[in-house]
This record gives sequence, structure tokens and C-alpha cells, in this order.
Amino acid sequence: MTAPLLELREITMSFDGFLALRDLNLSLQPGELRAVIGPNGAGKTTFLDVITGKIKPTSGDVVFKGRSLLRDQEFSIARLGIGRKFQSPRVFEQLTVRNNLALAVSRPKSPWSLLTGALSRQGRDRVDQLMEIVALHPRADYPAGSLSHGQKQWLEIAMLVGQDPDLLLVDEPVAGLTDEETDLTADLLKSLAGDHTVVVIEHDMEFIRRLDTQVTVLHQGHVLCEGRMDDIQRDERVIDVYLGGADDQQSGEQH
Amino acid sequence: MVASSTLLPQPSRWIRVAIWVLILAVLVAAPSVLPVFRLNLLGRFLSLAIAALGIDLIWGFTGILSLGQGVFFALGGYAVAMFLQLNTSAAAGMLPEFFRLYGVSSLPFFWEPFRSPVFTLIALWLVPALVAAVLGYLVFRNRIKGVYFSILTQAALLVFFNFFNGQQKLINGTNGLPTDTTVLFGQQVGSEPVQRVLFWITGLLLILSWFFVRWVVRGRFGDVLIAIRDDEPRIRFTGFNPVVFKTIVFAIAGALAGISGALFTVQSGIVTPQFMSVPFSIEMVIWVAVGGRGTLLGAIFGAVLINYGKSLVSEALPQSWLFIQGALFILVVTALPQGILGWFFAGGFRNLLVRAGLARPLATYPSLELDGQEEVRL
Repeated sequence: MTAPLLELREITMSFDGFLALRDLNLSLQPGELRAVIGPNGAGKTTFLDVITGKIKPTSGDVVFKGRSLLRDQEFSIARLGIGRKFQSPRVFEQLTVRNNLALAVSRPKSPWSLLTGALSRQGRDRVDQLMEIVALHPRADYPAGSLSHGQKQWLEIAMLVGQDPDLLLVDEPVAGLTDEETDLTADLLKSLAGDHTVVVIEHDMEFIRRLDTQVTVLHQGHVLCEGRMDDIQRDERVIDVYLGGADDQQSGEQH
Repeated sequence: MVASSTLLPQPSRWIRVAIWVLILAVLVAAPSVLPVFRLNLLGRFLSLAIAALGIDLIWGFTGILSLGQGVFFALGGYAVAMFLQLNTSAAAGMLPEFFRLYGVSSLPFFWEPFRSPVFTLIALWLVPALVAAVLGYLVFRNRIKGVYFSILTQAALLVFFNFFNGQQKLINGTNGLPTDTTVLFGQQVGSEPVQRVLFWITGLLLILSWFFVRWVVRGRFGDVLIAIRDDEPRIRFTGFNPVVFKTIVFAIAGALAGISGALFTVQSGIVTPQFMSVPFSIEMVIWVAVGGRGTLLGAIFGAVLINYGKSLVSEALPQSWLFIQGALFILVVTALPQGILGWFFAGGFRNLLVRAGLARPLATYPSLELDGQEEVRL
């Protein structure tokens, strides 16, 4: 075992007494593709918020590449190499596809360098390459707001990749996509693992199955179990809280 | 790449050329055509347009609505007025007149550096820029946005207004500092030759300011501003620190307001705390809204148009201007949310002609993947 890229140690997140996460432990190896599932209110998005610095945990520690992230703001965590894709696609709708990607690949991200220079040759090539990967080349100079839902999802994934993070956090990448788009997204994420560490949060069981990887089940802010999809689906506890009797379970959760 | 970076309407090339020809023609012809009274008014409006450019930068592009630009405007005005006061009284070897009225025998320390013209020329934009940067940084760092930011800027405006109003012994309080009777290069500042020169300087600085702001909003820096306006939390996760960007543009807008205030002061003949009155700062925002947010020319156009309208209407029907201004604002917000120039650039004029049956409709919906200019056969 090499040193983990990311480690969550005993994370507890309390919102006015409501424990969104409690004593959450999780560790990710470099190059790993990890799927995270869990019923509504299991703390999946809170878990991403804690890693990316949007909220600070009540207790516990987040360690990335051997250093704690608790003192960093969102933008510096992003610069350290953690990229995040949001649940509903969040791209900059007034900017063109090309310019959305240009912001993602820009480096350094200081005001002065943005003001005084154009994007480097490599940067422009990288933008072209990213548009090629997600098939948005024909839409390069259209505003991102004119894209379809699926195209926005892909643009956001491309932006994420353009940041060249070591860790990609992908929240529900296939919500609202067609079957064909879902398959393509699964292939894309699988191809990213290896060079990058990828965490995928998803509801869609078929999609998780396609990723064919280690799955972590969250329940009430806690890791319920980890394993391959087939084992997970046979696990009594998982069937109880999620796959089987979801009805009585969800009524007690936050929405 | 020719495509514009934003969804904001961009005028076609010939419209832009036409607008520039018009602007340059006005600047060149005005001094010889207009009587000095009208010329002086136009000069004042052009200087206000510089402040409007700053508001367009922070509001139209970055989404920061400041209702306190009057602070920076007044600081620029006071800087230049203090210099002129000292310059005039020093010739006679005395303190400026109002000091003697209040029995002040030694010059307050912060007046001292304003004896220097070079210092004054730097201070009139740097002081407001620094005040804006400090105020902006403290507010933006705490992630205060939207209407809360607007309220805060208005509160800051009132603080400055009350402070300046009350300081008779420092800056002549509510009476302000007159500049028209002061002397520069042996000429009275309010005299006709000086005013003509000031008109040219104003026109030149307005054009320079326009180029500067355009340089700021073009390219990736401008894209970050638009991204901040549309989804500030998202830009953080892309690795940008919005606090720095917002502080920079707020300081730039402060500097522009300072230049604007200095030019306005020397052309209107006096600076008073009224420059920091609440309605005036709100008016500045109205100019930009009416002209067209996010279109820099719109800010200039709105500032000049509304102020010209104000002076014409006030001459003919005093008392009625506020109603007209209010009605104009409501009209623009409800019917032309992109402002007059935004509406015009978006093809609004052509659409009117189409509706009147005077022109043929264009197919411009981008997802049709036509060139965008092809005519639809009906």
C-alpha cells in the first residue's frame, strides 16, 4: 500500500445538532476510481463540501498529499489539485465553451497574468484537445448557456479535467443523461482513473455497475460498508437501508 | 477568434465605427459650435461618463452594485479643489480664505502634500482607489454580496457625507471648496479659455478610460469577472480567488470615479459634500442601467443622455425632472432590461422595423446553426 492521496479522519459535521457526517473515515489510493452511493441525506454532498473546503468539519481532519486542508479556502484547495463537478451542471453560461475551458486550464490563476497575457500555446492546444474528448468542438464559440443538459455535464467534466487535478470529485455526472450519454460518461471516467484519482457519487445503480470498481456506501453520515458492487448488493445492511426498504428509511432523512 | 466572449449583445463593426465617428465629431466640433455655457455642460457630462464606466465595470461585468460611488467621486473632487485653493492663496502668501473665517491659523497636515501638482494628479485617483480597495477587501473577504453589499456602500456614503459636512475647520464643511475663482497658470479656472482646455482634457480622458476598461474586460480577466457575476462559488472551485478580482475592479471603479469627480469639480466650479448625497450615487447607477449594462458605450451614452435631458427639462419645466427620470428608469427596467444600447445592439431597432413591416426578419437563433444572418423566407 502506498500512502493514500486523500484521507478523511473521524470527520463529524454538525448542522445545529444535526449530524450530516459522523466519524467518517475514508481513504483513497492514488489512481483509484471510487464510487460513493447512499440514500438521500446520507451525507454524500456534505462529504464533498468538506473535502473542497466549502464547509469546515465540526471535528476531524482532511489530509491531502500528507497535509491538512482544514485551513485552506476553496480556491487554494482547487489549486492544490482537487477538482469538483457539481450535481447539476454549473458552467459559466455567458461564456463560450472555449472560454469556459480556457479559465479551467489557465495557470497561474493570478489576476495579473490573466490581464497581461493571452492563454499560452499549450493552453490553447489543451482546450482544443478537451473539446475533442467531449465532442464539443462544433460548439466551441457558442455560449455555454446554449448547450443541452448533457453537453453541459460534459463541458463541466472537461473543465474539471482541464484543471488537471490529482483528485476529481464528480457529483451525479449522469443525472438527466440519455442511456447513450451515460455509457460514454462511464467510459470517460474510467479512462481518467489511473492518471487521476476519481470519486464518483451517483444514484444510478446501472452506472455504478458499469464503472466496475470499489464502492463505498454511506448511510446517515457514516460509512456503512465498502466492496465490489456484487458484494454490496448482497449485503443485508445495504439492502435494508438503501436498495430494499428505502421507503421507511427515507422518511426519516433530510431532503 | 471573432466570436464575442459573452452573450451580451455586440454591435456590428459599422455601428461601432459610426458611434466612434459621432463621438469624435462631437468632441472636435463642440468647442467651436457650442456656446461656452453648453460646452461646459457637455464637459461635465462627459466627466460623469467616466464614473459611469467604472460602475459598468463593477456592476455590468462583475455584478457588484455599489450605491456609494459618490464617496470616490467626491474624494477626487476634493483633491483637486484643495490643490487649487492652496495654489491660489499661496500666491498671496496666506491660507485659503475659509480658514481665516474659522480662525484656523495653521494648515491641517493632510493639506500639505496638495501644494504639489504632481502629488495632486496622482492622489485624485489613487486615494479613492485605495479607499475602495480597503473597503472592498474587508467586505468581499467576508463574502458579503448582493443587496447587503449595496446597503453597506450606501451606509459608507452616509458616513463620509456626514463627516465632510461637519468638518468646517478642515475642509469648509457643508459650504465645500470653490474652484472657479481659483487661479491656475495665471488664469481663473472658471474663465472661458481654461474651461475650453478642460473640455478637451475631459474628452481625452474619457476615451482613455474607455480603452482601459475595455482592456480590463476583454480576455480571460474579463471572463473571470463575468464568471464571478454569474456563479461566484463555482469560480472558487476552478481555482480563482474572487476576493482579489473583486477588490481590483472595485478599486479601478473608485479610481475612475475619482478622476470623474476631479474633472466635474473644475468644470462646475465647486466641490461640496453634496457630491456624496444618496440620490446622486443612485443616479449614477441609473445612467448605466438606462444606457445598457455590460456595454461600455452604453454607460457613456446613458450618462450623457440623462444629464443632458436633466438640464434641458429643468430649464423648461423645473420640478418635473425627477418624475421623468423615475419613469425612464422604470421603463428601462421593465421593457428594456439590457438598456437602450443593449437593446439596440441586440437588434431591437431592426425588430421594430420588422414589426412595422419595413424590414425582413432575420433568423438568428444560434442552434439552427445557420450563419446567423440568413434571411428566412416567409
